Order: sequence, then structure tokens, then C-alpha cells
Amino acid sequence: MSADLLTKTAHELRPLLDSGEITSVELTKAYLDRISAADDKFNHYITVTGDTALEMAKSADETIAAGSAGPLTGIPIALKDVLVTEDIRTTCGSKILENFNPPYDGTAVAKLKEAGAVFLGKLNMDEFAMGSSNENSAFGPAKNPWDIGRVTGGSSGGSAASVAARQAVMTLGTDTGGSIRQPAAFCGVVGMKPTYGRVSRYGLIAFASSLDQIGPFTQDVTDAALLLGAVAGDDPRDSTTIDAPVPDYVAALGKEIKGLKVGVPREYFIEGTDPEIDKAVRDSISKLEELGAEIVEVSLPHTDYAVAVYYLIATAEASSNLARFDSVRFGLRESAGDLISTYTATRAAGFGEEVKRRIMLGTYALSAGYYDAYYLRAQKVRRLIAKDFSEAFEKVDILCSPVTPTTAFKVGEKTDDPLKMYLSDIFTIPLNLAGLPGLSMPCGFTNDGLPIGLQLMANHFDESTLLSTAYALEQATPWRGRLPEVL
Amino acid sequence: MQWEMVVGLEVHAQMNTNTKIFCGCSTSFGSDPNTQVCPVCLGLPGALPVLNKKVVDYAIKVGLATECKVAGMSRFARKNYFYPDLPKGYQISQFELPILEFGRIGVVDDEGNPKDIGITRIHMEEDAGKLIHPETPGCNYSLVDLNRACVPLIEIVSEPDIRSAKEASQYAKKLREILIYLGVCDGNMNEGSLRIDANVSVRPVGQKEFGTRSETKNVNSFRFLEQAIEYERERQIDLLEEGGVVVQETRLFDSVKGVTKGMRSKEEAHDYRYFPDPDLLPLVIDDEWIERMKGELPELPEARRARFTSDFGLSGDDSDLICQSRDMADFFEQTVKLHNDPKAVANWIMGSIMRDMNKEGLESVADAPITPEHIAGMLDLVKAGTISSTIAKEVFDHMWATGKSARDVVEEKGLVQVTDTSEIEAIVDKILAANPDEVEQYKGGKTKLMGFFVGQIMRESRGKANPGVVNQLLKAKLES
Repeated sequence: MSADLLTKTAHELRPLLDSGEITSVELTKAYLDRISAADDKFNHYITVTGDTALEMAKSADETIAAGSAGPLTGIPIALKDVLVTEDIRTTCGSKILENFNPPYDGTAVAKLKEAGAVFLGKLNMDEFAMGSSNENSAFGPAKNPWDIGRVTGGSSGGSAASVAARQAVMTLGTDTGGSIRQPAAFCGVVGMKPTYGRVSRYGLIAFASSLDQIGPFTQDVTDAALLLGAVAGDDPRDSTTIDAPVPDYVAALGKEIKGLKVGVPREYFIEGTDPEIDKAVRDSISKLEELGAEIVEVSLPHTDYAVAVYYLIATAEASSNLARFDSVRFGLRESAGDLISTYTATRAAGFGEEVKRRIMLGTYALSAGYYDAYYLRAQKVRRLIAKDFSEAFEKVDILCSPVTPTTAFKVGEKTDDPLKMYLSDIFTIPLNLAGLPGLSMPCGFTNDGLPIGLQLMANHFDESTLLSTAYALEQATPWRGRLPEVL
Repeated sequence: MQWEMVVGLEVHAQMNTNTKIFCGCSTSFGSDPNTQVCPVCLGLPGALPVLNKKVVDYAIKVGLATECKVAGMSRFARKNYFYPDLPKGYQISQFELPILEFGRIGVVDDEGNPKDIGITRIHMEEDAGKLIHPETPGCNYSLVDLNRACVPLIEIVSEPDIRSAKEASQYAKKLREILIYLGVCDGNMNEGSLRIDANVSVRPVGQKEFGTRSETKNVNSFRFLEQAIEYERERQIDLLEEGGVVVQETRLFDSVKGVTKGMRSKEEAHDYRYFPDPDLLPLVIDDEWIERMKGELPELPEARRARFTSDFGLSGDDSDLICQSRDMADFFEQTVKLHNDPKAVANWIMGSIMRDMNKEGLESVADAPITPEHIAGMLDLVKAGTISSTIAKEVFDHMWATGKSARDVVEEKGLVQVTDTSEIEAIVDKILAANPDEVEQYKGGKTKLMGFFVGQIMRESRGKANPGVVNQLLKAKLES
């Protein structure tokens, strides 16, 4: 099997599978071979499900032979290990769930099974999705295939990097404050966070319930549209999903962007951003203008407060969400004399340092006497941030900005300074607070050969405009299909 | 010093929906441990709650029946604490914005004057699981049964308006009655479908500020509620009069000894860190929803009592007793519809029916082997003179035992009343002949002996002789 096969996207593989030129079993074996050859070096996978993958591939081949294949039938994909999978170990990157085999599939996972996708395994991540570098994983950091000494970004590090390293055709990740868009930028792939409520969170192990959202990592925009379409939709098991029809996202691609109003938020172009990133993003904006878009400068005045607000709300919710890891029903148990000692010993041994830091921060923010000053105040400012966006979207269709102030940093560079680490999400966090959809796509490379990401943002449930704008830009620029040397 | 007691009650009532409040698991009682569970009520990672709208329907009905204001927008909140019976490490409840507020229930105070007990709030929440501590010697573990986890509850919090143990038990009884009438709670206090906690404090008469209160749990009957409150009143007064102080604490009622015992001090109680549950949207209730629930409200006990007194001429006590249960009141009305003699029907209900239900431990007349058709059929026969009221008692017992109709019982057992004058005359003659002394005495003016003769004659006829005819014949013969 040629290595060339591994560079293909799902929409490129479709005709090859449907015509019988290749089978899903062959394709799956090629990916499993790649993983066994490369993943010792990259550490993108926490669990590889080889046997399950081959079984699913075999059954997909039968579906294809019967002529009833859908867009994802037989496509080898992988899942961030925050998504629960029936009878497949789900660790959430934590020691506390090291041996947890869930008895059920989450909704997005079940939809992909239904669609005939093949599961290669579960991907590395920051523990409980808390982190921006994948260095908080209990299973060791995932490595950036563009430079093995650099981080993948996080928390969906494995999900982003495995697509870049062609260890999966496409993957799912989750985004709470930038956990899809930031690693997508660091790894040079397309990553998308849908509108809050677009994809069911049922089966997504919660970090911050009001912010978490599942989204795709792909090599190009067309695949992103395909994968989003497969997992989006209202779900009776998640009260926060919205009962709005799921449009055909692929059909929206190719639409001209002439007359599209693209807003450039002043607060996202700041000193301290890497000049190479600044240039690449401005070049993309010029390209959009060339394609007929109208560029408008806008302001999102409360941007400065976003990181502070985020670290109060997200940690408050996390402190409660993570209470269920008490060793009573599942997960690690460190037995100690009595109940309280067992709780303490289990959680002390099972959670990593960053998770503990955030549980403490969140517990504090909700405590009697501090609730009003921290949690409640943060909720009020959150509404102001959301209002900034809704006012901007009265004037423009799309917002455009850098994803990150820097490119992928070195492993270990920021681990001793949590605040510095938190600030690497400064351009991605506001979108989660407002519940809006956003996308990160490659828009160039630094002189050192590191990928640079462009962030596009759209109004609630306007994923179609987001994807068609990204597609237009992708077609007009040379970055699609640029992949790192892997072996 | 003169002391005044102040009591407020917190009542947890289990809503008897078929499924749990945030998942589709069954709520039925008595299944094997951990068989009515799913990822949601087990609190597995990734699982999410979805509100059972039926619970909201039920809560709204309770609110309407207790004159609460229904909130147009309410929220679920997380109450955070660790305990092995609480799978998620938090209980989904309501905190700042409950569904219902500002209600009332009417009682009568110890002087006999009507009085309102305010309802501060009613909110919805999920129940926790159950811990089982095996009593095997040397056993060093406990077991958790999560069948009850996520079962819907409402908590009804009263204002501290209650001033006596009697008022407290009246309030609780009325509340229970309303819940049962609405069909939202089975009211079973032994199985824990209805749990009452009593907040009790005392203060010198005339003092405005409340004293420090204790909260007594585990009170599972109205009698125990009165006992527990009385005990707390005495205990606190004794403490204060001896110069001590009341500690704010949770106490458990010991029904065997009739005392309360300190459990844990509220001072070391948790900071529950309530915050709105981000997994559940704000609950919006519009007027249409409220109107729909109004339309489904049954006649409430208070109204029914009044109607039974005015329309059927029942005494206040009788209608109180019959209206205590919705089933019994329904039974009464159905029987009266078939046999229009409310007083007679009421007497049979309060007599034989309630006696036999008690004897067999039946909770509801719906479970009794007797229907309104049975009672009405029997009363029809009495009215037609086919059987006497004495025989009716025998007929009732047979109906209860066999489920047969009154007519069938009477025919099978040959219990038809004898009205044939010549047949009765023969018995009268026989009795008079057998008791010549008494006849003499009667004629000498001792007319009280009439009852003696009637008794003898009825016994001889095995109760079948028509008493009217007996009286008439006796009188004629004795006074001739």
C-alpha cells in the first residue's frame, strides 16, 4: 500500500472505496501500520483499537459492496479520549480513569458508528481537556510532527497532530476555550468548533459544561464539512442542543464570497503577537478582499476580560463536574482508612497538578462569600462579551483573526508558568464564552517551517458561511495538503 | 418564664411519575438493588440530565392547590457535596429561583380559630441513593443501591408560622391529603414517599427574634411528629431555663424512646456551593401551561368537604373522615348516586367498611372487595323491606368475603325478611306463651318489656321477621 494513500482526505477516498479500487480493510491496515511505525515517536494515541478497527472496516466493506455507503463509510478516524466509547477504554488523559471501560457510546460516537466510520483508537489530550499544550496528559505529551521538540497545542493535541501526521484520516476533538482551534493552528490542519448546542455533548466527559463543544479535525475544509454534518444535530439526551435543521454543509462550499463582509477585530491584533503570524493573517485578509469580500474594522471592547472570566466560569463548572470521580462506582480507588481518607487519597493520586489547580480555583470561586464577587461577576461580564459579538455580527458576516499569538512552543517552555500558558488562548476563549462557531485553518508557515493558523468566526448556527469562506480561501491559497515529513 | 414555640416544616414528597426526574429509568419501589439505573442516574462520565416534564406538571398542580405563585422562569442548581449515595457529587435541586413560592395551607389553631400556615417555597430535586450497612459481625464495608437515585422529589418549605405540635400535624396531614388528592404522591410515610423534617425553636413570649433552632429528621408518622416537636419544646425550654444554650444542629427522632438525639452540628455543615446547572436550560412556564394544569386539577379536599356538608347534609366530622381519602370520597359519591340516602351510605362507610379495611390493613377502599354497587344493592334491599338492617350486617360480611352481590347473598342464604303476618303471628304467640310472667308484668304497666319480646321474636325468626310487623302484632296482642 503506497504511503500516498495516507495523504488522501475522506472525500478523495470515497470514489476509491466505492469503485472497489481499495477496500476499507486495506486502508485501515495501512493506517494501523502507520500508527505502529510512527506513534512511538509521536505519542498521539492513548489506545489503539486494531481489532475493533478491522472488524468495523470489514463490515464497512460489506456496506460498500451492497451499494449503501454514506460519505464516511469505511473511513478510518480516531477520537479524542474525552469521548466515551462502549467497551473501549476512555481515560480522559487521566490516571483516575486509566482503566475505565464505559458501558455506553456518546451521541457523536454513536452517529459515527451508524455512518460506518472505522475507529482506529483514542487520542492523547491534556487531562480532562485542561491545558494548551497536551503536556498535562497522564500518558505523556503528544509531539508535534512538524518539530518533535515542540508541543502539539491542546487540549486536543492528539486529535490535531494525528491528522497532520496522517495517523488518521480525520478526528474529533473538543473545544472549551480553544482546545480545537489552537492545536489545529499549531499542527497545520483544519479544526472547527461548532456553535454551542450544534453537536450533542452526551458522552463528552464534561470539563466546563456551558463551554464544551465537539468538533472536527481534518486535512481540508471539505472534510470538515463532511464530519461536522455527520455529528451535528438536536439530541433528546442533551437539553442544550438546539432543534434546528442541519444544513448540507458540503453543498454550501464553492459559493462565491463576493460582497461578504469580513470584520477585523481591532483587539485581536496586538503587540506581542509573532510578526510572522501577523503578516500571514493580514495576507489572508488581503486575499479575502481580492476574492470580493468587503473588509471592515470592528471592535470587541470586552476582549481583555475574556481570559479572567473564562478561568472563573470554566473552573467553577469543572470543580463540580469532576466531583463524580470519587472511586465509589468506577475509576481509580486508593483505599484508605475511612470514607474521607479514601476520597482524598484517590483524588490526590488520580488527578494531575493542573486539574487539582483548577478544581481548587473553581471551588474557591463558588464558595460562600466569594460567589458574588467571582462567579456571578464573571457571568455578567460573559454577557458583555457575548454582546460585543452580537453587535459585531450586525455589521459583518465573518470575523477574522489570528488563532494564537505564537506558533507551537517548545515542550517544557511554559509548564512552570500557568498564567503564561493560559494567555496562549487569548484569541480563542472569547468565542466559547459567546457560544459562537469558529474555525482554524492553515494560512502560512514561519521561516522555521512551523504552521500558522487563521481564525474565522461566524454568527450562531452560521457554520455554512464559516465553511464556505474557509473553502474559498483554501482554494485561493497554496496551504492545503502541506504535510510534515513523518518517517 | 412563659415560652412560645416556633415551628417550620420541610416536607419531601416523592412524585409518583413512572420514570425518574432526569432519565428514563423506572421509579418503582422494591426491585433488586441497582437494577433501575442507567449512565445518567449512575453519574457516569459524559452522561447528561434531561428534565422529565411530568414532574413539572405535578409540581405546578401542587403549587396551584396550595395557592403558590408559579414562577415564569425557574432554574435548576447544583448542590455540591460528597457522599457515596450521591453519584455525581452534587444533587440537582433548585436554589435561587424555585418553581413555586408564597403559598398557604389553612389549619385551626389550639383555640379553634382558623389560621394560615405560609409556604415559603416549593422546589423540585432528585433523590439520592440508599446506603446499606450489612450487620454481619466484622463487616467493614457498606453497599450502595442507586435505584432511588434521581427519583423526583418536591421539597415544600413552610414559613415558621406554626406554634404548636397540633398545628404542625394538621398542616402536614392537610398537605399529605392534597398531594394524594392530586394523585402526585402516594403519601406513604413508611416507605419514605413523604418525609418530614421539623425545625423547632423556642423564645420568651413577646420576643420578636427567633431562638436558635434544631432540625429533627426521621419523623415518619403524624403521631411521631407531634411527639418529636413536644420533646424538642421541652428539651429546649429545660436547657434555656437551666442557663444553657440551644445548639443549631440536626437531630434524629427515636420513635421507640420518643426522644430526639443530636446527629451532626450544622456548624461543620458543608458550604454547598450552589450554582445554576449548566446542563439544564432555565425552565420557562407560560400561562398556557399553568391553565392546562388548572384544567386537570381535581376537586380539592377542602372544597369537597364543604360540598359534602351542604349537598349531602353530612356533619362536619363525617365529611372530614370520608374526605380524608380521595378514593373513599369517590366511593361515597358513587354509592349515593346509586342509592340516594347519604346518611345511610356514610354510616356504612364509617362503620363496617372502615372497620374491615383496618382489620385487613387496606390503604385504599379501591383495594377492598366491596364496590359502590354492593353497598347500594344492599341498601336497596333494606329500603324495599326485603331484608332488615340486622340481616344487612350479615349480608355485608358475605359480600366482603365472597364478592357476590347483595341479592345473590340474600337468595343463597335464604335471608329474605318474613313479612307474612300469619307466619310472624305464630312466632309471637309462641313467645308470649313461653313467657307468661313477663306478659303479666307488661300488662301490669312494665311496658319496657316490649324490647325483650321483640328480641325473643327476632331471635326465633333468625332475624328475618319484619320488625314493623312484629311490633304491630305484639302491641295488638299485649294490649288487647
